[in-house]
Amino acid sequence: MLPRFWRKIKYRYDLVGSYCENCQSFFYPPRNLCPHCRRRSKIKEVPFNGKGKVLSYTVVHDAPEEYKDEKPYVIALIELENGVKVLSQLVCDPKEVEIGMEVKKAFRKYGEDGASGIIYYGTKFVPASHF
Amino acid sequence: MHKVAIIGVGCSKFGEMWDSGFRDIVISAGVEALEDAGLEGKEIEAMFVGNMSGGRYLAQEHIAALIADYAGLAEFNIPSTRVEAADASGGLALRQAYMAVASGVHDIVIAAGAEKVTDVGNPMDIMISSIDKEWEGFVGATLPALYAIIAKLHMEKYGTKEEDLALVSVKNHKNGALNPKAQFRKEITIETALNSTYVAEPLKLFDCAPISDGAAVVVLASEEVARKYTDTPVYIEACSQASDYLAIQNRKDILTMNSVVVAAKQAYKQAKIETKDIDVAEVHDSFTIAEILAYEDLGFVKKGEGAKLIREGVTELHGDLPVNTSGGLKACGHAIGATGVRQAVEIVLQLRGDAGKRQVNAEKGLALNIGGTGATAIVTIFSR
Repeated sequence: MLPRFWRKIKYRYDLVGSYCENCQSFFYPPRNLCPHCRRRSKIKEVPFNGKGKVLSYTVVHDAPEEYKDEKPYVIALIELENGVKVLSQLVCDPKEVEIGMEVKKAFRKYGEDGASGIIYYGTKFVPASHF
Repeated sequence: MHKVAIIGVGCSKFGEMWDSGFRDIVISAGVEALEDAGLEGKEIEAMFVGNMSGGRYLAQEHIAALIADYAGLAEFNIPSTRVEAADASGGLALRQAYMAVASGVHDIVIAAGAEKVTDVGNPMDIMISSIDKEWEGFVGATLPALYAIIAKLHMEKYGTKEEDLALVSVKNHKNGALNPKAQFRKEITIETALNSTYVAEPLKLFDCAPISDGAAVVVLASEEVARKYTDTPVYIEACSQASDYLAIQNRKDILTMNSVVVAAKQAYKQAKIETKDIDVAEVHDSFTIAEILAYEDLGFVKKGEGAKLIREGVTELHGDLPVNTSGGLKACGHAIGATGVRQAVEIVLQLRGDAGKRQVNAEKGLALNIGGTGATAIVTIFSR
């Protein structure tokens, strides 16, 4: 897991995605090839402002081993202002979340690789009303 | 292209089979299929095996050779190939076998599917590898969590209710009770389903198929060869496969599985039939919402109207379009790589009139096998 995580840290610690200059489309997670333009892709990296709204969500009760301590937690499909969709944890009371709710990105801890392993940080979202 | 027939089917019992190993389960299904086809074994020219994760469920790779070996075929040295597309692996094996016969390369080919999940690995963690591990799994998403996100939006947009999802489970348990191979052979009430604990809201325990041990085998032959072995061949009229974005965040509309829409369109076209010609279907109800989506994406109803079919009883065993007469993944059990082949077994039994207490009147059948959240779909159309 470590090298796979480390390699993409730039895109996880802040919300950095891809933009195709040929067709003006945004992507997250980042891609090397635009699925609309393929060989004609002109991909560059762009940071997203991280403002969006909840398109749909779930409250996870049956969690994988590494997330057992966090449950119940909210996972939401968020639509950013530029139309890109991002799957992320939402930091709030599960009772608070609703479809259409405005949210903003935040830098948060996701987990750790055992007691002496690395800590996984990444982007989560927080209700805009909490800021 | 050669016309392809199924001349024999076999299926192990599905469930938590603590007393049986991977080899035992596969051989029980294989022997049944060969007996059904009236084959000795040496007539088999090739084999395709659907298996999602022998490496993690059993710490055993090289599954295809292992199965050919324990099926008693080692000395015939036939080509045996494993294919993988998460829980659509069985559908892939069926399609590879179909193409091998249709192309004229082989005359008699085995399509097998098998999974043993109760030995080594953690089934939930392994199923997460069928979604995008780096970008969906990382944030704590599970397979049920992603289907729950889809279900939540379907409810918001189309008014589908938790009760509708529960009805899918009730129906499939009712059918499973009539299937001697099924994992769960007990009817349930809608209250049982609705009162079960949440796995990922709005999906509850009874909205989720189990992860099971099991194997299924079908024997395919060209039409000319099939006549030598059986008077009741079931023909494969089409077998189409399609893919889509792996992660749901990249799909334009998470309420439509484009892989299913595309595979179904191709299959209907090749079989020269319309949706209304289908008499019986096995669809991939890994989660109850997936069965509702299947009704829509296969064109049984318009997008958003899936719940109507279950509310009105259309897909019940004796409804106009029985769906998951086997009990589906929910009640028959979901032996991951075996499921796609197991669905074919059920449709063949129905079309031959061999489905016992769950028999329906059918001439044309359809099977839909899905990998993960729909990044792979296989639609197969059968006729008698």
